Amino acid sequence: MRGRDIISILDLSRDDLYRIFGLAREIEENMDKYINELRGRVLALLFFEPSTRTMYSFQTAMSRLGGSCLVFSDVSRTSIAKGETLGDTIRMFDGYADAIVIRHRIEGAAKYAADIAEAPVINAGDGTHHHPTQAIIDLYTIWKYRGRLEGLNIGVLGDLKYGRASTSFIYGIAMFKPSKLYLISPEELRLKNEVKSDLEKMNIELLETSDLQSVIGELDVLYVTRIQKERFPDPAEYERVRGSYIVDRDLLRNARDSLMVMHPLPRVDEISTDVDDTKYAYYFKQARCGVPVRMALLKLVIKG
Amino acid sequence: MAMDSELLVRKIRDGTVIDHIPAGNALNVIRILGLPRGRENRMALIMYTSSSKMGLKDIVKVEGLELTADEVNMIALIAPTATINIVRDYKVVRKERVKIPEIIENIIRCANPNCISNQDRETAIPKFRLVSEDPIILRCEYCERHTYKEDILRQFMEGR
Repeated sequence: MRGRDIISILDLSRDDLYRIFGLAREIEENMDKYINELRGRVLALLFFEPSTRTMYSFQTAMSRLGGSCLVFSDVSRTSIAKGETLGDTIRMFDGYADAIVIRHRIEGAAKYAADIAEAPVINAGDGTHHHPTQAIIDLYTIWKYRGRLEGLNIGVLGDLKYGRASTSFIYGIAMFKPSKLYLISPEELRLKNEVKSDLEKMNIELLETSDLQSVIGELDVLYVTRIQKERFPDPAEYERVRGSYIVDRDLLRNARDSLMVMHPLPRVDEISTDVDDTKYAYYFKQARCGVPVRMALLKLVIKG
Repeated sequence: MAMDSELLVRKIRDGTVIDHIPAGNALNVIRILGLPRGRENRMALIMYTSSSKMGLKDIVKVEGLELTADEVNMIALIAPTATINIVRDYKVVRKERVKIPEIIENIIRCANPNCISNQDRETAIPKFRLVSEDPIILRCEYCERHTYKEDILRQFMEGR
């Protein structure tokens, strides 16, 4: 995988993913062994859009591998404020770093950066498009705690139209042929046609529904994302649908014992805090997988 | 070319005949090509004439103009059935069916305003892959958004 750009989760094969998972688990068990793995290597973190967990977890991952980071996150204080183009910024950092991680509000920005840079580029989120490293973490969490990824009943809940984490997760889990893939959202926030047509080509049957209650009992994994108020032209409509997508203890009474409730975080109120200490809550465990998975990815992309 | 259209408009000496345009689209074709261009390119437009293959069709004849490959590609995006006949001294010397290329570069813009290829100061050139010919669906190589026939028509209308 050395030198590979990771723009979409579909840039990786199942074998690549299993390689990352295997290494991430090995790193979790023997963190100290990897302390000098990327010594002397430099990672550029270019965050043109605010981020806390993604940026800090990449930074932590690189530090734990013995490498260092160039962090570019406050756009107002850098030359971007003077009017430098993204293309020129990429060219400059390409000369400094062994790999580039980029987050940008514009769709296609990471692909554009990868076309320009010689160093491998990792997409940390481009607009409403892709967020592949989050999806790798999500899949790793299921693989680690459930023991397998194939043939599960998956439900993805929330803003499926604009959510980049949910889109990347859906593509990722589709590679492992889910037994059922429920897409649970209000009518207005259904999956984009582009993504649907890709999934049809992958022979994935999509089960779209607005009714979480009716499918909760079938699920092995419920992947929850936030429904943002600003996506609704009519605030009253938002208030109307909001309540039907809150995951709480009451809803989970009908769940399978082994159900994993996941969330890329940050959550607002879409998962009630009374779920946190139930056996279903996997979202904090999932967040903890962020560093080892990104360590594995950085090691493989920078060093092979 | 159907007989009745020859009754309407006489043959051209040198130039291009764009035949088999889906009926009603001749005006879009001339707008895309930036026609008429002036006295040198005398032209004729035949609309809703009968066609054995298509039922009805449009035809555009332009004197003194041979279309370039890029222009042909542009027509293909809105009139995929069109044929291009290059005429020299009253004879058809080349006849081509337009074909939408698999990769369409730098002809149209992505329908997504938030795509990197629509950012003025960046050098990302709009590039698409053909997803479907009928109906026309193009997929942006950057943001992967689909661009449809209506989007393409709107751009040509705005741009000319």
